[in-house]
Amino acid sequence: MPARNVWRRATSSLARGAVYGLTAVALVPLGLVLWHTVVNGLPAATHVDFFVNVERPVGIPGAGVAHAIVGSAIMVGIASAVAVPLGVVSGVNLVEFGGGLARAVRLAADVLVGAPSIAIGLFAYVLFVAPFHHFSGMAGALALAILMLPVVIRTTEGAVALIPAGLRESGLALGLPRWRVALQLVLPAAAPGVITGALLAMARAAGETAPLLFTGFGNRFWTVDPTQPMSALPLIVFHDALTPYPSLQQQAWGAALVLVAAMLVINLASRWVVRRQQRFAGQL
Amino acid sequence: MLTTAAALVAPLLVLAIVLVLAVQSAPAVTRFGPGFLFGTSWNPVTLEFGALPFIVGTLASSAIALALAVPVGVAVALVLAEPGARGLRGAVGTGVELLAAIPSVVYGVWALYVMAPFVYLHVEVPVVQRLGWTGALSGPPRQTSLFTASLVLAIMVLPTLGAISRDVVRAVPKGLRESAVALGATWWETNWKVILPAARGGIFGAGVLALGRALGETIAVTMVIGNRPDVPASIFAPAYTLASVIANEFTEATGPVYPAALLELGLVLILVTFAINLLALLLVRRSVEPAR
Repeated sequence: MPARNVWRRATSSLARGAVYGLTAVALVPLGLVLWHTVVNGLPAATHVDFFVNVERPVGIPGAGVAHAIVGSAIMVGIASAVAVPLGVVSGVNLVEFGGGLARAVRLAADVLVGAPSIAIGLFAYVLFVAPFHHFSGMAGALALAILMLPVVIRTTEGAVALIPAGLRESGLALGLPRWRVALQLVLPAAAPGVITGALLAMARAAGETAPLLFTGFGNRFWTVDPTQPMSALPLIVFHDALTPYPSLQQQAWGAALVLVAAMLVINLASRWVVRRQQRFAGQL
Repeated sequence: MLTTAAALVAPLLVLAIVLVLAVQSAPAVTRFGPGFLFGTSWNPVTLEFGALPFIVGTLASSAIALALAVPVGVAVALVLAEPGARGLRGAVGTGVELLAAIPSVVYGVWALYVMAPFVYLHVEVPVVQRLGWTGALSGPPRQTSLFTASLVLAIMVLPTLGAISRDVVRAVPKGLRESAVALGATWWETNWKVILPAARGGIFGAGVLALGRALGETIAVTMVIGNRPDVPASIFAPAYTLASVIANEFTEATGPVYPAALLELGLVLILVTFAINLLALLLVRRSVEPAR
């Protein structure tokens, strides 16, 4: 073999090793973040107190984050109730009706996905906090809804676009109006993908801190009233991690662990659903 | 009719966000004019508001983050787009997606308590000792600094870079790869001289999109950047970003001018990220779509 080819092969192997090595480097932070969150979070999260009690002053044992779990659930719940129907209708509309409007919506959704969440928080503050003169869970929920909307639109669009044209044509051939084809044939067939998209959007919203800082604001006490300031798990992590008290820092790690566990479950489950949906759509 | 109304919500939101922030920041805009963007002093007590430290901090942290993340992101894309090796690809793909799913605030806690002390001891201190004379790498080393923030940002934009570059590399026509291999090109020659040049535009777009994410990232950066409103002299100095100063100070801002100044920072941030996102979408679309 000519020396030049030996050189070429050696360079290639070396470069290939480097590329695979860099790929491995990309996964190192994932492993480290998960590992440290579990190790540091378990001491707090293995107490029953953690899930049933609310915050207590530093030094008083038995503190928990029940109010933040409930706050997160309420705010994400309201946000979903607003963003999911709007986003699904909007996403179906994109595929089924198309046209110039669809291009504008798609562009807007893509731009909104990249909007800094802190700016969304400012927007929500101006609209939903300033006029009422106090922070509220409702304002937090609406800020989260704005963040969820573009994600729901785009994932719905993706799922609906997978549905083969034959299904639509059969419906139209039977004389169904287009809106019934869209809502009663296409949407149910695309349901697994749409639900997955909604779940992923909820997961994203549940992990957001920045838009809640001046909308939901946080609350040290138990409340289920969305007109009141409301705590959320990410707010607990953010505030407690920056305090100098080890007990609160431990609490922050515990809350981070709960968040990460929820994210992992939702993401892995949704990947599984998506894969099934793709196989199913292939058979249709 | 109703569905059209629902569809209009997203475009209207984009307009409303820009409009509302513009109107609300009017007191600051009229008071400081364009000088706001170049002022270096941020002093709420004397009502001096200059955005330059935050603009520099935001641009610098994002630029360093991208410089660190782009090579890794492209490597991930090449591995993910490679024909064959389905099991490996599946694992790497899932890993990168989970990286994207971890909340910002969790990265923040991890960076503050685990990464920052480690980087301080094993990177910042040795570098400052040996290369401190260069100026840009001068000390004193600190756990919360521009560099720490850039590092955590690099990790956070990696999924965006990797996933979009993968789509772009996959969209390179198969014939190109096959022709290169048929001509006897090695693995590296195929990727470096054929695939990457063909995907260059789209990968650039992925980088721009990641830049947009990095500019707007708030919580994790706020926790580790040091939060000092000065133009940083060294990458180991504490800095401040547009998003971070809003997060830290907005709830405490009183009077008519202070909140308006913060809102104007928000306006600058959102206009820049919207523009960058549009540019990125154009670039990515152009290189992904013709292949379909």
